[in-house]
Amino acid sequence: MIRLTDLTINLPGFTLDRVSLHIRPGEFFALMGSTGSGKTLVLETVAGLTRLNGGSVVIDGRDVTSLPPEERKVSLVYQDHALFPHLTVLQNVMYGQRYHGIKRDDGKREARALLDTLGLLKLENRRPDNLSGGEKQRTALARALACRPDVVLLDEPLSSLDPQFRGELRRTLKNVHETTRTTFLMVTHDFADAMILAERGAVIKDGRLHQQDTVANIFRRPATPFTAAFVGMTNVFPAHYAKGCCTFAGHAFEGLPELPARTAGFAALRPEDAFVGSVEDFPRDWHILRGTVERLEREGFTWTAVIRCGDQTMTALVDRHMVLSRGLDSGSPVTVGFAGEHLHHMPNNG
Amino acid sequence: MTETTIRGGNGFLRSLPGRIFQGWMLASAALVLLFIGIPMASTLTGPTWEVFIDTLGDPEVLASVWLSMSTSAAAAGIAFVFGTPLAYLLARNDFPGKKIVESLVDLPIMIPHPVVGIALLGLTSPNTAFGGLLKSMGVEIMGSTTGIVAVLVFVGIPFYVNAAKSGIESIPRRLENVSRSLGAGAAATFFRITLPLCWRYMLVGMIMCMARALSEFGAIIIVAYHPMVAPVLMYERFTAYGLKYSQPVAVILILVSMLFFLLLRSLSLPKGKSS
Repeated sequence: MIRLTDLTINLPGFTLDRVSLHIRPGEFFALMGSTGSGKTLVLETVAGLTRLNGGSVVIDGRDVTSLPPEERKVSLVYQDHALFPHLTVLQNVMYGQRYHGIKRDDGKREARALLDTLGLLKLENRRPDNLSGGEKQRTALARALACRPDVVLLDEPLSSLDPQFRGELRRTLKNVHETTRTTFLMVTHDFADAMILAERGAVIKDGRLHQQDTVANIFRRPATPFTAAFVGMTNVFPAHYAKGCCTFAGHAFEGLPELPARTAGFAALRPEDAFVGSVEDFPRDWHILRGTVERLEREGFTWTAVIRCGDQTMTALVDRHMVLSRGLDSGSPVTVGFAGEHLHHMPNNG
Repeated sequence: MTETTIRGGNGFLRSLPGRIFQGWMLASAALVLLFIGIPMASTLTGPTWEVFIDTLGDPEVLASVWLSMSTSAAAAGIAFVFGTPLAYLLARNDFPGKKIVESLVDLPIMIPHPVVGIALLGLTSPNTAFGGLLKSMGVEIMGSTTGIVAVLVFVGIPFYVNAAKSGIESIPRRLENVSRSLGAGAAATFFRITLPLCWRYMLVGMIMCMARALSEFGAIIIVAYHPMVAPVLMYERFTAYGLKYSQPVAVILILVSMLFFLLLRSLSLPKGKSS
């Protein structure tokens, strides 16, 4: 279990602002945010590599706030692997064992078993220079696990990999976590990685935590406009609420479910939940926006339409039938339909 | 035909700046090499074979060359032991006044050599508290090998610290972070990660420190004219007997230094690379 309470770090031009996280024992937790959000700083704080201005770090009931990194029993895996270039794969994996009371013979046996599990046994005598990106990352993971840590800290473990290795390493990470049930704290800028790997997570922006919940809930019910955009709910509109009516993008909608009690906030809709078509194409209980196509952007076999509705723009996915048969193009007037339950409401902050 | 000729002419004109640049590069490089090489060659070929053999058997010459080499090596060793922590602190930390500290480290490179000798003599004079302390400990600076080593450390250590600092900076901080997170303390991380990855830079720093020390003259003649290091012996023979008697000493020093530095350089190169 990791409990971070009010972590505060003041750096020139950046402040980590009272970040508190609770990570359960054996959990795979994802801390998400874009570049410069402070997520790696949180990771290095747990590892003891950054000095705190305030707050505390408790791991398995032990207050480690003032302990040096080597006494925390956490292992760090960096995005760029950070393998020791002068050591072989096996020597890298065995590096930390002597500091954790693991005897050399036992350590070697465990390290080789780990390498076998991760498909690296044949490479045990290679130097890191002669490994692929995926092999390097798996070696770094084996090295982290080989000293039996309480917590494994993963800093963007998948982002430097080619797509083919990404999927492979995702499966590896999931298997290793399920087998060892070690607590994993991963930071990532990719929500898809978090969706696949993590049970719970948190979203951080500019050093401030925006939401902490199960990954499924963060995906379904983002708490702030930033989190909404981060999880792919990219149509975020300032909205007004009065007498059972919600107004945004120059349209007023009645009969929407779960309307908040407040008078102002944000309404958000995923592009894949906004459909371009004719009124008669949509179910009768759907809600309608009218606008003009500003531009069409091709994305593989589909298109994304950027549509101006009043003083706002929104994006919607468009199928090829609309473009090729119905001649949808920039300047076309369009009707956008959405189901009321797909519209998500957020308070006026963040 | 005419069109081809014109195009050919244009091509020559277009490539002219590149040709001039390449010519300038080659000519400048040759000029620098000749500027260094000709005086060296002239010195090496100056003494006759008989005089050279005579000088090789001269115990005073051999003692001075040995003293030069041994005191320079001692200075490089001291620079390694005491300069490495300073290089590490400078490479891994940002702090107010860091630029001032770096300038202080570079200062011995800039100040005139006799000033170094005068400063060291002033500091270690028995009239000063520090000089008194040294005297009570039986440490003699004036006219002693210790004094020579002190001068050589002073003039050579900036070269070592700067080279070692570059080496440490070239190692990603993340390697040390991972090592610490795997349970290794700061000292273990230094000896198992930092040192094995940057020893070549440190060796190059020691070579530079030693080379600088071998060439020192101005500060040594103030602090310790005796025992005589090779440059002082050369100077004495030049002033007392003339060029003919100083040249063989110079040849021996150049040859010994060249052999020694070639050996160290080859050790400092990564496997598979040749100088």
